[in-house]
Amino acid sequence: MTDEIGTVTPEPAASTSTSHEKFYVRFTLAQRYLHAALFSSFLGLAATGLPLRFSDNWCARKFASAVGGFGAILFFHKCCAIVLTLAFLYHLKDIATRVLVNKEKGLLWGPNSMVANWKDVQDLVNHLRWFVGLGPKPKFDRFAYWEKFDYWAVFWGMIVIGFSGYAMWFAPFFARFLPGWALNAVLVVHGEEALLAILFIFSIHFVNTHLRPGSFPMDMVIFTGKETEEEFQKKRELEYERLVAEGKLESRAGDKPVYWWVNFAKVIGFTAIVIGLVLLVLTLIGYFGTA
Amino acid sequence: MLAAFPFLLRAQTDCLSCHADKTMQDASGHNVGVDSDKFHSSIHGVLSCTDCHTTIKEYPHPEQPAAVKCVTCHAEQASAIGNSIHAKASAHPCISCHGDAHSIFPKDNPKSAVYPLNIPKTCGTCHANESLAKKYGLQNVYATYMDSIHGYAVSKEGLLVAANCMSCHGSHNILSHKDEKSTTARVNVPATCGSCHGGVKEQYLAGIHGKALAEGNGKVPVCTDCHTAHAILQPTDSTFRMQSTPICGSCHKDQLATYRDTFHSQLGLLGGYVETARCWDCHGAHGVLPASDPASPVNKANLIKTCGKCHKDANASFVQYQPHANPHNWKLNPALYYVRTFMNLLLWCTLSFFTLHTVLWFIRAKREQAAEEKHD
Repeated sequence: MTDEIGTVTPEPAASTSTSHEKFYVRFTLAQRYLHAALFSSFLGLAATGLPLRFSDNWCARKFASAVGGFGAILFFHKCCAIVLTLAFLYHLKDIATRVLVNKEKGLLWGPNSMVANWKDVQDLVNHLRWFVGLGPKPKFDRFAYWEKFDYWAVFWGMIVIGFSGYAMWFAPFFARFLPGWALNAVLVVHGEEALLAILFIFSIHFVNTHLRPGSFPMDMVIFTGKETEEEFQKKRELEYERLVAEGKLESRAGDKPVYWWVNFAKVIGFTAIVIGLVLLVLTLIGYFGTA
Repeated sequence: MLAAFPFLLRAQTDCLSCHADKTMQDASGHNVGVDSDKFHSSIHGVLSCTDCHTTIKEYPHPEQPAAVKCVTCHAEQASAIGNSIHAKASAHPCISCHGDAHSIFPKDNPKSAVYPLNIPKTCGTCHANESLAKKYGLQNVYATYMDSIHGYAVSKEGLLVAANCMSCHGSHNILSHKDEKSTTARVNVPATCGSCHGGVKEQYLAGIHGKALAEGNGKVPVCTDCHTAHAILQPTDSTFRMQSTPICGSCHKDQLATYRDTFHSQLGLLGGYVETARCWDCHGAHGVLPASDPASPVNKANLIKTCGKCHKDANASFVQYQPHANPHNWKLNPALYYVRTFMNLLLWCTLSFFTLHTVLWFIRAKREQAAEEKHD
């Protein structure tokens, strides 16, 4: 969802910087932590869930015996699931507070909202037209349609995978109000939705957000929270123009991200991307391999 | 001096006056000495030497007397050996197992080579021999047996009732397991194992496999298919639990395939977590019954109890779970079929669209970048 600019706690600036480049805030510290909690627990869930999904695969068995068998895998899978659940609940609480308590306008509708609107449909069509040279490149606002899709895919995925996962974890309890066949279905749903999430995140999200020209090799904004004026203007032209027109651009100004933090984020981020790509390859081997 | 006057040999003492010298050798170097104390205490100790060495009547005797024929007294055993797999063995059919003829003891005497606790070692003289096993195309099972619960009971605990080689294979009448008269032939295995494991035999014979075996269906599993013949793994052992499901699956192919798709199998395959339900945890092991039988653990009426062995809070709804559900079969599992179809459709539509979207975008963005660089 949108960020609360007023609550931003900027990183201490590197005062020695001689650069005149200006930086603007896109994500709050809490949002960045949320993303970190999300991707680290997701990597853990994928790494421990895949051996289960493809348990007859050679790699899966080798991995399982290396880490102490399924007992260890299940324990780690559940730990990651709890972390992700807490992150999700925190996010829900955050939205609820901002909508119900802070009465924040624009959270549920408008250019700062994650809710899809007609412009997103137009953007998608125009963007596709631009890909094949049938029209100009569309201008995007704060959240582009593919970013909204990423958000809602994860949102839906967490509900579906989370519910089916907990239904298996506490099967006798869920059996009190679920029909018998649902206990069979939850495994299918859990596995297929997780497979979709893994394939989507490790290929589509990686390329769209991090590996595509313009962001390659990694879009640092989710780690530093800030981007340069040039990036802002180029990637989110409408939002930039709107802020300039409203005279609010300076309220979004932030300090240049400190050097050590950028490097630290690069190490973490690249590690995540490499693990993700390795898991992507293993998933494809598991899916298409006849092991 | 004696040699100058031939006389009839009447008692052991006559022979032993020469042969008591344990180092005595004949012209070709064979040891012909006899340990008189041992011989006297042996089962043959009451016999005269000439009872067996029948061609020797008087002294001096020929340098090469005729070979002793055990068959003269032990006709029954000799004929059994003659029909057995050992009939063609090059080694002496009697002494290669019973040991030196002058020191044979009854089989309940611990000094006997065929005393229950000594049997594995005695058979092992040949059957633990790697090259011999290879020559006759046999598995070298001696070490496997010795490490088994049977071998352990014999060698470590000295249990006389524990199965030794003879308990299953017999003694003089040993036949190949391919011979259907053999105690180790598939059809006879339940009776052979059942001679000790009587309770399990009863269960087995009452079950669907036992009944089919009795009706002459040789394909049904017998004791050794799951437990193996010599290694006899503990059923609680992880190796046993890991290897047993495919054994049932070698006949019950569909059931194995559908089981593989479920949580029980996915967990179970990864090792280190062998508690997940295998075939016999639900269906029973020895007396497997059809699900329609009220005594079967997978009969509808017994499911709460059966599932409850692992799932403490299992209730009526919980046990509707199908451990062999097939999401590919809409007739058997319609709900599951549609769930799977929907999820697959969602997966492939989403991925196909976005893969195309991303690839086109990537190419366009690359071109634009190249054009910008050129422009700069």
